[in-house]
Amino acid sequence: METETTTAPEATGAPETTGGPKATGAPEAASAAELAGVSVLASKGVLGQEVLHVTRDQYLEVIGSLREGGFEMCADLCAVDYLRHPDRPLPEGVTPERFEVVVNLLSLERHQRVRLRVQVPESDPVLPTLFHLYPGTENMEREAFDLYGLRFEGHPDLTRILMPEDWEGHPLRKDYSVGRVPVQFKEAPGPR
Amino acid sequence: MTDEELIAETFEGPQEMQDLDETSREELAIEQGVASELPEGFVLDPGDIDVEFGADETMIINMGPQHPSTHGVLRIMLELEGETVLRSKPIVGYLHTGMEKTGEELTYVQGATNVTRMDYLSPLHNELVFSLAVEALLGIEIPSRATWIRMLMTELNRISSHVMWMATNGMDLASTSMMIYGFRDREMILSFFEKTTGLRMNHDYIRPGGVAADLPDGWQDDVTAIVETIPGRVDEYDEMLTGQPIFKQRTEGVGVLSPELALAMSATGPLLRASGVAWDLRRAMPYLAYDEVDFDVIVGTVGDTYDRYAVRLNEIRESCKIVRQCVEMMPPGDYRAQDKKVTPPPRARIDESMEALIHHFKIFTRGFEVPAGEVYVAIESPRGELGCYLVADGSSKPYRMHIRGPSFVNLQLLPSLLRGGLIADAIAVISSVDPVMGEVDR
Amino acid sequence: MGLEDLSHNFLTGSLEELVKWARRSSVWPATFGLACCAIEMMAAGAADFDLARFGMEVFRSSPRQADLMIVAGRVSQKMAPVLRQVYDQMVEPKWVISMGVCASSGGMFNNYAIVQGVDQIVPVDVYAPGCPPSPQTLIHAILTLHEKIRRGELTKRRPGETGAGIVLTSEPSPSGWVAPPTGVRLGTPR
Repeated sequence: METETTTAPEATGAPETTGGPKATGAPEAASAAELAGVSVLASKGVLGQEVLHVTRDQYLEVIGSLREGGFEMCADLCAVDYLRHPDRPLPEGVTPERFEVVVNLLSLERHQRVRLRVQVPESDPVLPTLFHLYPGTENMEREAFDLYGLRFEGHPDLTRILMPEDWEGHPLRKDYSVGRVPVQFKEAPGPR
Repeated sequence: MTDEELIAETFEGPQEMQDLDETSREELAIEQGVASELPEGFVLDPGDIDVEFGADETMIINMGPQHPSTHGVLRIMLELEGETVLRSKPIVGYLHTGMEKTGEELTYVQGATNVTRMDYLSPLHNELVFSLAVEALLGIEIPSRATWIRMLMTELNRISSHVMWMATNGMDLASTSMMIYGFRDREMILSFFEKTTGLRMNHDYIRPGGVAADLPDGWQDDVTAIVETIPGRVDEYDEMLTGQPIFKQRTEGVGVLSPELALAMSATGPLLRASGVAWDLRRAMPYLAYDEVDFDVIVGTVGDTYDRYAVRLNEIRESCKIVRQCVEMMPPGDYRAQDKKVTPPPRARIDESMEALIHHFKIFTRGFEVPAGEVYVAIESPRGELGCYLVADGSSKPYRMHIRGPSFVNLQLLPSLLRGGLIADAIAVISSVDPVMGEVDR
Repeated sequence: MGLEDLSHNFLTGSLEELVKWARRSSVWPATFGLACCAIEMMAAGAADFDLARFGMEVFRSSPRQADLMIVAGRVSQKMAPVLRQVYDQMVEPKWVISMGVCASSGGMFNNYAIVQGVDQIVPVDVYAPGCPPSPQTLIHAILTLHEKIRRGELTKRRPGETGAGIVLTSEPSPSGWVAPPTGVRLGTPR
């Protein structure tokens, strides 16, 4: 069998108090904000996770420079609709919009994650696509489009992926009802 | 507006594969699996893609969604020339359950029941990632016994998931006896799960705050019996399949995945490790108590279907090692955090204390509140990196719960892995990618 | 003119018994495993809970060769036309077991994406509750189906009915609560 096994490197680094993931020591865990190049607003989230708040104009540039700086993989791209929670905690200088797109990048060398949050207005729900930088975001962007209606410019095949082709509406938006039918002892909720 | 007009307005494009002349260049590149290899700019010339055959010499055929070998309701459209696959397009969504929307309607206590049905072959991993995310936002610490119980159960789940994979993979490659053997071993683990959690599948056992119940008496004997038998049986399967010429011919050199493509397509899990990248979240970014147990990360060399099989086979052995260490090193203590607002009181105390009754009532009807914030937590499930992005708004229900399903992302590799192979190879490749449609579609 | 039109005497009576015995002893299921219930269905077909003793271990992939469709799992809106198409492709006599709560009534997923009960699409003969039903429950459902075949008549399902003899009218009652189906209670099979 052509397999090799590796043994564990020395685990160093600052563990967090909860049982969640800890960042093990790896060569110089540089701050992603420094790698980003342009000046972005950074904050420290829960578990010491680094969160960068970028504007739509900086979006592609920042992700491009992060990719150059060693973040080889885009772990996740998802969207959030903040219609019912507009006063979420944000650092100074970030104008909250209705939608947010959250991109999680992963650096395998430095064992580091960074999270980027972009505000996307409801009136113009367009964002450039990450497909050319990270082809693995194809399905994720399609899902964000299908469920939220955010369009990604330059995406090669922006069609619905989870809902049927001719479905109307974008189900995960907060003004789209969950669609419960009335059952015995529990009426359907009123329209939102 | 008439119905047709309304639908025409919202119709965003066909999901099925179109004929060659109706497919845009970019889509063609994706379906042929060459999209990630193109230079920036994406300006394609018809001569760039070597479409050797004209549209009337090939046939577009549909595989699924009801198909014995597509691992659930996966639909793949293939363009074939004879038996050779030229381009392919997976179409998903046939199991879309709106779980992320449902997650916004259920409280944090109920959330585990929803999340557990996503990846139904390793339900405890889903519950674990959700619970870790909630605990991170709550900022509570869970006792070490709960951590070790979680580790024990999730490693047993990894064994059962990989054994199930070997069973279905064997079935797809026409080894029906592997299917029967695999289920026999899975039953051993499932009966232990039934004893501990009450259910064979979709347990709702790992909850925010710890686990639902302590391990039953005599669990050491049960678990030791499992880890004594399974490695021996894995050796039997090794003997049955690994050296067998037909199996080797069907899997060696089939669906070769290069590490650069895997990283570009965000593939994780055994797919990535079989291609040579030694990335396992349990080793690189340890969660639970994985930095206190000794195990190896299995890495392949070539990245073909055979390597993926070998990686999973050996991961069963490594998980058995971890389980043995869990049995030896299981600390005594509480199986859930003693935070009264989060974990319900023991049933006996409800008769005695009014406060306990109120807490029980509040936790199970309204749920506990989680302070506003957002977090992304990822663990290593048998299929890859399973992540949970949780946004809380201070109420007792998640504001947004997004689960990053590894199979959803790994499926993007299918066009490049299937290109140029035969249909029979397509079956072998799909099986080795190990998609679970529950977490693809959620 | 099939066997249905014969009025029974002792010869055709025992012929009917013979035919029904043959039908229930080798019901071949079509593979329609969708989600978690499919795993339990496979486990029911595997060694520990053997379906082969009922003559049912051959899960035919082609619906044309199958008698029984075990709808195992949640049926989404996208899958519903596929389900109906597979059901239509099956040849009479055919039966449907709705396995699991998601197939029987939508289960815990009462939302936009899941069809609330597969009996809105195909007529169902036996409902097997559980999430997922353990293989023992599935086998009980199968044996209930065998009883139904044993006691039933050889005639086809009447058109316009959906599952267990309910006739669907076009509007539900004003309270929104549709009367629960009068199920076929056959008790413990012998």
